[in-house]
Amino acid sequence: MNFRAVRAIYLFEMARTWRTLMQSIVSPVISTSLYFVVFGAAIGSRIAEIDGVSYGAFIVPGLIMLSLLTQSIANASFGIYFPRFTGTIYELLSAPVSPFEIILGYVGAAATKSVVLGLIILATAGLFVPLRIAHPVWMLSFLVLTAVTFSLLGFIIGIWADGFEKLQVVPLLVIIPLTFLGGTFYSVNMLPPFWQTVTMVNPVVYLISGFRWSFYEIADVSVGVSVTVTLGFLALCLGAVWWIFNTGYRLKT
Amino acid sequence: MIQAEDRRFHQHAGVDWAIASPAPALRHRQGVGCAALRYSVHRIRRADATITGVAPIISVSNLSKTYASGFQALKSINLDIRRAEIFALLGPNGAGKTTLISIICGIVNPSEGAVSVDGHDIVAAYRTVRSMIGLVPQELTTDAFETVWATVTFSRGLFGKPANPGYIEKVLKDLSLWDKKDSKVMTLSGGMKRRLLIAKALSHEPQILFLDEPTAGVDVELRKDMWQVVRTLRASGVTIILTTHYIEEAEEMADRIGVIAKGEIILVERKDELMRKLGKKQLVLQLHNRLTGIPPNLAVYGLEVNADGSELMYTYDTRAERTGISALLKDLSTAGIVFTDLNTTQSSLEDIFVDLVRKSK
Repeated sequence: MNFRAVRAIYLFEMARTWRTLMQSIVSPVISTSLYFVVFGAAIGSRIAEIDGVSYGAFIVPGLIMLSLLTQSIANASFGIYFPRFTGTIYELLSAPVSPFEIILGYVGAAATKSVVLGLIILATAGLFVPLRIAHPVWMLSFLVLTAVTFSLLGFIIGIWADGFEKLQVVPLLVIIPLTFLGGTFYSVNMLPPFWQTVTMVNPVVYLISGFRWSFYEIADVSVGVSVTVTLGFLALCLGAVWWIFNTGYRLKT
Repeated sequence: MIQAEDRRFHQHAGVDWAIASPAPALRHRQGVGCAALRYSVHRIRRADATITGVAPIISVSNLSKTYASGFQALKSINLDIRRAEIFALLGPNGAGKTTLISIICGIVNPSEGAVSVDGHDIVAAYRTVRSMIGLVPQELTTDAFETVWATVTFSRGLFGKPANPGYIEKVLKDLSLWDKKDSKVMTLSGGMKRRLLIAKALSHEPQILFLDEPTAGVDVELRKDMWQVVRTLRASGVTIILTTHYIEEAEEMADRIGVIAKGEIILVERKDELMRKLGKKQLVLQLHNRLTGIPPNLAVYGLEVNADGSELMYTYDTRAERTGISALLKDLSTAGIVFTDLNTTQSSLEDIFVDLVRKSK
């Protein structure tokens, strides 16, 4: 195991966060705070409690998840795409590192950034709405698991993309709609029966449901199903990454 | 400002212009010796083994590469690289130079064949192999937003070496980049970026250094400075493989020269051997009367007559103590052979290279 290489990649990626502090941390925190102000304080005060939780507090897990998903994908996809774009990927490919070590470095850094961002947003939310975390260990576990899984997805997108536009396609056209329709701002139980069934196809429902359960012990689906679906998606992403390195897809000719 | 930095590198490298003056040009009469130079690679390798008695540091066996598009970049390449030598790989664009290097370094997957480095297979023992190799790519691919220090330190870590600020400092000083250590890469000149790529390649103290057209787009002065850096590396025991379009670079730097064209190695030869074979010149005499054969008293000169007997050709070594021209002219007079005109022809390594490449098509 080339730990020094993992460390080098990890620190290199984390250094990028500090260079782009506005983009990496401040910008998502501000935009999420605006959600709290608008939906939590302004509109939220006129909406009834959901399962005994004020609307402002109800949307906190979903908004954290929204930032976590988009930032995990953005950080990891950019991290691997940029060396491909500039050509510096040659160094990574010619270094004595295994695919696992490369993943550990890039995905580890992207997930770290996302988790830190999630915790900052959580702390920020505490300034606007009353928070209660019933299962802090589960909350952290969901946070880390989701960050790692979607950082892996971001890594795959970074390998797949052949232009900056494609880096944006999946987060903008897939992840954000799925998150908005995945119960960020409402409980799935509030939907008509038909749409309740349809929405179960959306994997983000399970992430938000499990994460919200760790806060308020209320969930649209059982926590066991949430964990299983998340682990299943993680396994899917790991399989895709294994295939990428095994075939050299978009990395080696 | 940028030019001033490049000049400081030049001064630091301490180039002695007397030492760095161009080596004697490799000369050969056009066409002569080309066939003789076209050894089979297997014969060359056997000869090398006999001469050196030392296992090659890189051994390429029957290496082929066909890209997904169907283009065959390499066709059953066989090549041995000796320890601590400077091997120049010459070839036109698209000949397969970069593909060959990329396969050895792990960037491109081979289609067939095997490569071993210091006895280790490049696939099975990729960690061992890659930690021995440094690569300076052809393109100026750098992390634009990083500082010089950060990017070189990153390279060392990536190759599994423990942090060694002292060594990185030495490398940067040797390449006259020390005063730029805190500058962002994007602010460097082209010459400095090229040196930075060398610094990154050297950061993990490799035993083998690949330089893929290291002086492409570099001005003549800086090019000579880089040659000096390469010589210093070789003196420290580093094996260097460089690809180049510049024949003079191969003449100046290489211990051995290989020519690749259309994915095939068409020549591998020691430079001094090439010098011996190519360092010849031809004297052509236009005869007054056509000759049907060489008179016996002139047999010692190894003369050739053209098809219609109107020209007499004498090939001689320009570097020999005596060329034999005076004696020949005297003996021609004695033999009653009168000539109306004379001229000499001489071809450079470049001519030979072009000829080889053309014939390989």
